[in-house]
Order: sequence, then structure tokens, then C-alpha cells
Amino acid sequence: MSILGTRVVRTEDPQFLTRGAVYTDDLTDERLTGALHATFVRSQVAHAKVLSVDTEAAKTAPGVVAVYTAADLTDLPPLAPPFPFIAAEFERQWLCTDTVRFVGDAVAVVLTEERYQGEDAAEMVVVDLDVLPAVVGTANAAKDETLLFPAAGTNVLAAFGEPAPADFFDGCEVVVEQAVVNQRVAPVPLETRATSAVWGEDGRVTVWCTNQGAQQAKGQIADWLGIDAGLVHLVTPDVGGGFGAKIGADPEYALIAHLAKLSGRPVRWTESRSENLTSMLHGRGQDQVVKIGGSRDGTVHAYSLVTDQDGGAYPRIGVVLPTLTMLMTPGTYAFPKVHAQARVLATNTTSIGAYRGAGRPEATAAVERAIDLFAAEIGMDPAEVRRINLVPAFDEPHATPTGATYDSGDYVAALDRALEASGYAELRAEQAARRERGDVRQLGIGVSTYVEITGADNGAGTGEEAELEVHPDGTATVLTGTSPHGQGHATTWAMLASDQLGIPVEKITVLHGDTDRIPKGGGTMGSRSLQQGGAAVHQAAVELVELAKKRAAERLEANPDDLVVDLGTASLTVKGTPGVSVSFAELAAEEALLVQTTFTAAAATFPFGAHVAVVETDVESGKATVVRIVTVDDAGTIINPLLAEGQRHGGIAQGVAQALLEEVLYDEDGNPQTSTLADYPFISATELPSFELVDMATPTPMNPLGAKGIGEAGTIGSTPAVQSAVIDSVAHLGVRHVDMPATSMRVWKAVQAAQAGAQTQNGSTN
Amino acid sequence: MQVSMTVNGQQRTDEVEPRMLLAHHLRDNLGLTATNIGCDSTSCGACTVIVDGLSVKSCTVLALQVEGGEVTTLEGLAGEDGELHPVQAAFQSEHGLQCGFCTSGMVMASVGVLAANPSPTDREVREGLEGNLCRCTGYHNIVRAVLKAAEAGPVAGQVPQRSQEVSA
Repeated sequence: MSILGTRVVRTEDPQFLTRGAVYTDDLTDERLTGALHATFVRSQVAHAKVLSVDTEAAKTAPGVVAVYTAADLTDLPPLAPPFPFIAAEFERQWLCTDTVRFVGDAVAVVLTEERYQGEDAAEMVVVDLDVLPAVVGTANAAKDETLLFPAAGTNVLAAFGEPAPADFFDGCEVVVEQAVVNQRVAPVPLETRATSAVWGEDGRVTVWCTNQGAQQAKGQIADWLGIDAGLVHLVTPDVGGGFGAKIGADPEYALIAHLAKLSGRPVRWTESRSENLTSMLHGRGQDQVVKIGGSRDGTVHAYSLVTDQDGGAYPRIGVVLPTLTMLMTPGTYAFPKVHAQARVLATNTTSIGAYRGAGRPEATAAVERAIDLFAAEIGMDPAEVRRINLVPAFDEPHATPTGATYDSGDYVAALDRALEASGYAELRAEQAARRERGDVRQLGIGVSTYVEITGADNGAGTGEEAELEVHPDGTATVLTGTSPHGQGHATTWAMLASDQLGIPVEKITVLHGDTDRIPKGGGTMGSRSLQQGGAAVHQAAVELVELAKKRAAERLEANPDDLVVDLGTASLTVKGTPGVSVSFAELAAEEALLVQTTFTAAAATFPFGAHVAVVETDVESGKATVVRIVTVDDAGTIINPLLAEGQRHGGIAQGVAQALLEEVLYDEDGNPQTSTLADYPFISATELPSFELVDMATPTPMNPLGAKGIGEAGTIGSTPAVQSAVIDSVAHLGVRHVDMPATSMRVWKAVQAAQAGAQTQNGSTN
Repeated sequence: MQVSMTVNGQQRTDEVEPRMLLAHHLRDNLGLTATNIGCDSTSCGACTVIVDGLSVKSCTVLALQVEGGEVTTLEGLAGEDGELHPVQAAFQSEHGLQCGFCTSGMVMASVGVLAANPSPTDREVREGLEGNLCRCTGYHNIVRAVLKAAEAGPVAGQVPQRSQEVSA
């Protein structure tokens, strides 16, 4: 029996559970002996002219070695916008010169001998500001009354698509329109950002930093600093979570490397959580308008999604996320007409980047909300409306009106499995009984279906590198360009090699994240790792077996075609002649047994599924509690079900968190209201049930493993299911929509407003 | 100022600033980096250790407050022969950790939960771990791990008693 598909516990866990992983702030590399601690001085005001930055007092504080401002960085070119289609005027200074643009914008950096001294000294830097009006929210930004970058002449960072034709909804019996907020949330990996840098006598800099892809981070740092990429050696230690927010490098990492050069000492930086919540990229942040039209028989004829993406103060990855939202606009549905349009606006807030799902959850949330609104309008069961409009099962690629090509899928089956596992009919009956009784605790049932894109070509292709070497002692080493931060690559990649070679998983070491040893790699993001990096390891193992057969054939005087792998002994034997064999280790002892390969996926893959969420809402307080989550998440072939389930669990929880609790808030002056974990309502164990996972696996033809991505699916499916369930729990009271997060206050207000509306309506007709 | 405490069975005496947090003392002075720091508001619990039999957040305790106390960190939880503590073993078998950053605190807090309640329900585990945040697991497998560890009996709520090294 193959090891693939079995529940192998993680090989990395014994260390994690006894000595702890080694994160960037834990490093004890001797080159970092005597490293200085960096502390950033950040703007406490959202938008202001910088009149002066006085560092004199700070320079005299205990332990201070240097205080740097923009005046010390004139050698560095400003940070250009990350995409060529963004106007050059939206450039960023390393440390603010004339303007600060969000609370958290870096103004100065203090280097001290010890950690605590940095915070003392940073408080002594005096920043004199002339406060400007703050731009908060996309609607405010769109007015272009206050400009973040006056030279650009607008707050619009980018615009995609055209307005819908005037006759787009002509012929529809029913048309429903709704403004929908997909709120800004904070990724909050438990490990905050951290980096260390030291320059060697060879003129190269070694940078350790927490990130999701060493090679990409290295390229960015070299590019930003204007130095040859060969001069940067980037090492990724263990990473305490990423969730998209650690894709690539952040300017702080490059600046710390530069300051290590200026100061002539190694420098370390680990941000505090409050610094992290204002200065690390946020996610989501879309204001959407959905419009859906169709017939009273439940058929949708036309659907439109118009998005204003909050880009934050400086353009980052968030600028391109709406293009993914646009691509995935129709979701699982066979709508004949689909329209999508978006623009991205600069605001005096933290920049927006990727967060688990990155553009796709926003598309799914919008279309699922639209379907629910349409179902409510025509008075049909929302699950039934979904079934009517789903793309039928397909084996051949399915092209959508927005330009996606779905690889394989059976959305109806996914929906049916989720409904059946949840006991949907019984739940509706229970709901009806509670409504009939007028219970205080009402039941809400939310259904979502989703399809998402994983392993997409993000500009670097769909390939990934792998190197596999068997050693004379019978162990093996895998080098991968993908980058674990919790996913369990060390275990799964070892399984993929073990599956071909028979070398036990415990004897296979997986290395990653060192750009000198692994110069090429795409990192881990967009749920690409297994289908590209894992497939590369599989390919390397297959090629290594072929190489070994050629060598063994000479030694055993046999035809290579007559040799087979004996998985039990990690050796090659002659078919039909037991006892005549040579192990991979013995072959490695004769000559290095090593394969380097590149696997290129045929195209992106499209995992899909259906979720059913059940909430109980106290209609007097508005508090909704999730009592059940049932999910079907079809990611093709599963290599390690234990780890795949873990990915689903985490994703589901983050979806529930967005639907019910989490939101980054600013006041009208751009002051963050959620800048500590005491204020930001990070979801805890008490706010979640255990999850009910249903299996379904439709392999993809895009890679030999048949695997699609699983990292983000849970979030994409659960967010709209939970939002829908909350609305459903109070739908009988007249509520049609509640924006996320569906907090007690928001639900309570929606109920009050619906009932006041009903009374007014009754009053006017009486 | 000088502070003395027993950490994982070893007597330690060190010079610390009065304001130094126990978490930084463990990490920076004693090199015990399994204890992580994930926030600055006593919210996340990544820094949880056992002090004199109680699980505490070491970012909210001054090193000086632990004068004469007994501290167990993740590094001191396995047996002297390397055998995993029941909570450690259950976190591995139930896949109760992913990125690992919350794990040290989560494991120590779980020991504390099981010390107070050796046979908790799913809900009691969740309430016991409310002060420990995890972004990766959705808590599902953490809860399963704690329930699994409880099957080992009272030992799951205990830290190893080590033979005290006597300093001269």
C-alpha cells in the first residue's frame, strides 16, 4: 500500500514540541553576536506634513548607537510602485520626508545595544507635524478632495474593467441590488515580522527574515536597495504563520539590511504586536455593489459585481487582488451574463495585501450574498436556487464569461453532500418550529458553494524546482523552492519521495528557504505548494529511480526495464529473481545519486466545495453563535489527510472570524481603533465549534498527483456560509442583509430597523 | 538586580533590570526560546509557562516577581529520558500544531487546564484555552489533543518533578 493518502504525523513536531521551532527572533547564529536592536519611530497621525524630525535627545539616551532619518538615506532610491501600471507618483520614501500617510508610517529608526533601550529612545525622537485632513474609506477617497499624492492628481491607484451596458439587466423579471462590505481584517500571524542582517567581509549581506518565499524576498530586497541580487543571501528560519501577509519582503527588511551596512554592525528587528497591527499589510477591504437579475423560476440571467478596493496608503499586492475577484466573479454558477469592474483607491490607512484567499473570498462572498438576496426576493429556498444555477458536472475544461478555465468539478455533488451531511431538511424543520414558537434563540442556516483558483501563474510561471539526493547511509535530502509556515512540507514532501524510493519518511530531510543552496523557487502562496512543489518532488523521485535503474543494471547485469523498486528495502531488484538487488544507498556510495528537476504545471487548478453553517442567534441581544459547520472541500487527490484537514480547519476558523468578529477599524481621522490584540477581536477557541468535514476528491489533470490547493478553501467557503446563516436567523423578522462582521450590535440594529420599517409600513397602509 | 529561580529543574541566578519581563528573561538571558511572544497586551498566551504549578503568561510577570519560584517551560516538559509528556505526544498525534508559534504556550496552558480539570469536556477545554490564540488550527485539533492527553490520567496535568541541582 502506498504511503500516499495516509495520515502520517508530522516529522517536524518532535522538535517543535520539545525545544520549539527556531523563528527569526530565536536565532543564535554567531554572526549575529553583538547585534544592535532596531526600533522604528512611526507616525501617530494618519496624514500630515512633516515639519521636522529632531533626534538629538534620542541620540544621547542610554545604549543608543545611531538614529537614522530620511536625511541619512539619500543614497537609496524611493520605493517605486510594485506594478508598472501604477503611476510613478505613488512612490514611497523609506522613512518619511515631507508627508506621513498612515498611522504607522516609518519616520526614523533607532539602533540600540539592548532591546528595551530602543523603546526608551524611540519615544525621545520629536516629530513635528502639520496635520492634514485624513482620507478614510473608499467613498471618501473617490471624491479626490484630499489627495494622498497631490502629484498624481487622484487617489485612484488603478482601475479595471468597464461599466455594465445600460441594457445589462433588460428582460429580468426580478433585479436585486445591494451594497456589500467585505471588511478590512488583520492577518495576525502569531509571529510578527522579524529580520536580522549582517554584512560579511566578502561584501555580501546575509538576511534572515520571516517570509513565505525566500527567493522572492531576496529579489525584492536586492531590487529595492539597488544592489546585485548575488550579493544577498537570504535565509528563512522557521516561520510562525504567514496567511499571505508574509509574501515577499517588506521594506523594513531591506532597510534593516541597509542599516547594518551603515552602522557596520549586525542588526536585528522584531516588531511588537501593536506595531504589527498598524504596519503589517492588512487584508480584504472591499466595498462592493452586487446586482443580480433573473426569473421567478429561480434562473439567474445576469450578475454584476462592482468593487472599490481600499489600497491603503501605499500600493502593495492589494492593488491586484480585485483582478482575482473579477476573474472569480461568477463562482460556481452558469450565469449567462456576468459583469465585473473594480478600482483601487489610496487612503490614509495601512496598506492592503494578501490574506488567506486574497481576492477570491471577496468574489465568493459577493456572489453568495447575491444568490441569497435573489432567493429571498423570489421566495425560494436558497439551496434550491443554487442548484438551479450551478455549472453542471464537467470533465472537460469549463470556460467562464470572466476568462477563467475551470479544470474539473462537480458542484452539484458537493452541494448535495454538504446538505445531506448537515441534515438540511431537519434543520429547516427545526428552524420553522422555533420561528413558530417565537423562541429567543432562533436558528439560522447558511449555505455556500465556492470555486477558487489555486496555483495560478502570478507572473513567475507555474513551475517549481526540486532536488533529491540519496546518501550512502540510506538517508535522503529534498531541496524545495516552496516554503513551509505550518503546512507540514517536511512531512508531505518526504512522503512523496518515500512513495517512490521506499526510504522511510523519518530518514528524509527537507530543506528550503536558503537562497544560496536553493537559488530558484516560488515560495508558498496561492495554495500552490503541493500541486507544483510537491509535484516537482514526485517528479524528482521518479527521475531518480530511472537514474538508479541505469546504474543498477550494469551492476546487476540486468536490463533496466527488468528492475523494480522494492519499497520495503529501498532497493532495486530484478523482476522474478528475488535476492538479486542493490539498494539506493549502495548506489549512492558508488557515485552521487542526485536529481535536479523542474516541474511545470499545465495550468492553475480550481478547488471547489460547499459549506453549511448553523448559527443560533439570541434575537434580543443580536448575538449569533456558530453551532455547526459542515464542509465539503474538494481539492483533488489528498496526499496526507491529517494535514489537509488541518488546513481546512484553520481556513474555516478564519472565515468564521471574518463573518462574525474581526474588523480593523479607523476613526474618521484615521486613528486605528484595533491596534492591539486586546482591541482586535481575534477569534478564540470558545467562539468556534468542532468542525464536521465531509470527504470529496475530484482529481485534476493539471499535475501527476491530481492535487489541487487546499490552503485557502476553508476560508473561502465558510465566510459567506456563516454570514448567510446569521442573516437567515433573523430573516423572519424582516432582515435581508447584515454586513460583516455580523456582531451583536449590527444584528440587533438590523432587527430593530427591520421591525421599525415593518411598523412604519403597517402604519402607512392602515 | 539579582533574581534567582529554578527553571526546568536548574537553579539560575542572574542580573536583570527591574522592569525585565519573565518572558524576556527566559528567552534573552536563559536562551529558552521555545517560549514565544506574540502580543503586547496579555492576549495571545504564546508565552505561557508554568510557575509554581500554575500556568501564567510570562509577558505579564516581571522576572523579579518569580524570585525563589519554580518555572517550567516547554523545554522542561519531556521526561529526562526524552519521553514526551502526554500533552506533547497528543499534540503530535492529533496534529494540534501547524506553524508552532502558539504551541509552546498552548501546550503549557493545556497542562494547566488538565491540572485543574483532569477530565474536561470539549467545551471546558475551549473555555480553558480561551486566553491562548492560534491562527493556524482553528483550535479543532488542539481541543482533540487535550482530550486525548486527558486519557493518560492525572499525569497529563503535571510537570515533571526533577531532582534539584544544588548550587554550591
